[in-house]
Amino acid sequence: MPERPTTVAIAIDGVDVEAYQGETVLQCARRHQVDIPSLCFLEGVSTMGGCRLCVVEVAEDPRLRPACATTVAADMEVTTESPRLRSYRRSIIELLFAEGNHVCAVCVSNGSCELQDIAVRCGMDHVRYELRSPRRHVDASHPKYVFDPNRCILCTRCVRVCAEVEGAHVWDVAHRGHGAELVTELHQPWGEATSCTWCGKCVAACPTGALSHQGSAVGEMRHAPNMITWLVAARQRGEWTEPEARR
Amino acid sequence: MAQTVMIDPVTRIEGHAKITIGLDDAGAVDFARFHVTEFRGFEAFCVGRPVWEMPSLTARTCGICPVSHLLASAKAGDAVMGAHIPPTAVLLRRVANLGQIIQSHALSFFHLTSPDLLLGWDADPAQRNVFGVMAAEPELARRGIRLRSFGQSVIEAVAGRKVHAPGIVPGGVAHPMTSETRDDLRARLVEAHTTAQDALALFVGMLGRYDREIRAFGNFPSLFLGLADDSGVWEHYDGHLKFVDATGQVVADHIAPNDYRDWIGEAAGPDSYLKSPYFKPLVGEHDDVARGTYRVGPLARLNVCSTMGSPLADEALQAYRERAGGTATSSFFYHWARLIEVLAATEQMAMLLADDAILDPIVRATGRISHTRAVGVSEAPRGTLFHEYRVDTDGVLEDVNMIIATGQNNLAMNQTVLQIAREWIDGPDIPEPVLNRIEAGIRAFDPCLSCSTHALGQMPLSVELVDADGGLIAERHRG
Repeated sequence: MPERPTTVAIAIDGVDVEAYQGETVLQCARRHQVDIPSLCFLEGVSTMGGCRLCVVEVAEDPRLRPACATTVAADMEVTTESPRLRSYRRSIIELLFAEGNHVCAVCVSNGSCELQDIAVRCGMDHVRYELRSPRRHVDASHPKYVFDPNRCILCTRCVRVCAEVEGAHVWDVAHRGHGAELVTELHQPWGEATSCTWCGKCVAACPTGALSHQGSAVGEMRHAPNMITWLVAARQRGEWTEPEARR
Repeated sequence: MAQTVMIDPVTRIEGHAKITIGLDDAGAVDFARFHVTEFRGFEAFCVGRPVWEMPSLTARTCGICPVSHLLASAKAGDAVMGAHIPPTAVLLRRVANLGQIIQSHALSFFHLTSPDLLLGWDADPAQRNVFGVMAAEPELARRGIRLRSFGQSVIEAVAGRKVHAPGIVPGGVAHPMTSETRDDLRARLVEAHTTAQDALALFVGMLGRYDREIRAFGNFPSLFLGLADDSGVWEHYDGHLKFVDATGQVVADHIAPNDYRDWIGEAAGPDSYLKSPYFKPLVGEHDDVARGTYRVGPLARLNVCSTMGSPLADEALQAYRERAGGTATSSFFYHWARLIEVLAATEQMAMLLADDAILDPIVRATGRISHTRAVGVSEAPRGTLFHEYRVDTDGVLEDVNMIIATGQNNLAMNQTVLQIAREWIDGPDIPEPVLNRIEAGIRAFDPCLSCSTHALGQMPLSVELVDADGGLIAERHRG
């Protein structure tokens, strides 16, 4: 019988809940059906804490904390919704829209996009910042997939999935600041990346229309980030390991 | 002293435009220009996008005829990807285009044109609109609105949405048609077919009142371009390009869409965002491009075809040709041709929906980038539409050229304005009835300026009257 994890009591939005020792505020909140928005977080791969959408307020701490990278502690009092948090989240989403070319109506991921879903949830009906409207080169050199950096939010899910789950590490981030961009295999066209196994985990994990299947028309792309989570969990349970080796 | 009249804006057309009419020293009409004052630029910003995204991207060119752009773009995409699309996908695309022809022509006739025809050119402008028609002829207005609604429903049934539908894609269509959908469309088609017949009869019954308009609304010789099948039958989706002249003689035939550049040139003017395509073989290097004027759209398609390919529409075509004296050269007959096309569309849709092949589940082919240049052509409600793409070896667009129906009618529209101005303007004043007729002359072409210049909005009208030195004498704005 598996060992029951040690628990601590915390409060989320004024409700006392049981948290597992060592889990993050985001994991605990989601177990208790409190939906904190996030984009870079993906259960099953390492935490980046970069998008800052999951920021929450913790009592007696003036700083906002990323829920995905904050471990629960006994008697912690967490607030996930407040005017300040809503304002921050909306600003983050607007900045993401301003930074790239996110035109949902003509995007392959229209209807299956986490960025779009969160924008709707935040009530984003316009962008207050000047649009950068970049013209970034679409890499359609891969026989199966397409990378459109205009729709990339640099969440690095693809980088982490490729390195940690597939073990190929085709993807990485080059440059810094506003010049940062995703690259494949030391900035070679994706189609020439010999380390790519064509597994498609990066495409499954992508929260936007940045990674898609070749030939997908508008609204046809369906991502499957939960597949990554399921895959990692199954591996951890040793579902594909011989019973003897599992022991 | 010479003068200029300006009509700004032109109303009840799709887009923004104005008209300038110049008078000479004797006060006679010297020149007339139709200016389109909006710009869109799809040809520029589509560069860099993957070719398989183009149908939905270019469908945004127009909210009235997005299916035309979907089809031309998807056909170019089929060719780039070397996809031989399933026969059922062809049937479904044809049904969608017929739905679009019905809804767009219904919009043109019932919503935009019938106020002039039913209420009179000189009726109060406040009443001379679709609401005035609703008040005067409520049953007719209701049926017109229902006809357009039917066409929109057909598009939704095939392509997933009434406007900017996502379901027409390179390789075919996204979803097969269910038998329930087919049965529903067939049931609703009955009323649409009856309305088409009644609208045609209504129009023909009114023709006797419009002898002067028939004579002066863009009645001049020109070439005509349209698609036709191998037997010369009316086409709207496939076939080849065919030019005929004002006497009905075939000038060029069996032109493959890919070769259109050998026959069509494009000129840009300094005072309009609307380019002026022309028939290349008639225009030398230093010639006026007006020598190569050709018209597209319902009038041209009916001049180009041998038959409509369906019984009632063929009867209507015969009567039309008898009245027009063979080849119709008056742009006023665009209205008549449009109604015959609606009738043909309902008949042909009935035939397509009766074929069980339309329910086949295989509706999409896949392919790899096989060609780096392709041209997709379809017949939009307003005329022949060209999408030409050049892509790199990964299918990313390097160059886009779109030739829109309204652009191809630009030279003819200018000539129409001039003809109407000469017929009705007498002196520096521009009475309301003259404005109305100039507008109506343009409206006969059912121009869509949003489509053709890549810009957005409703088309109000502006007319300027200028003297021989270019000084503004009078100006009228509307909309």
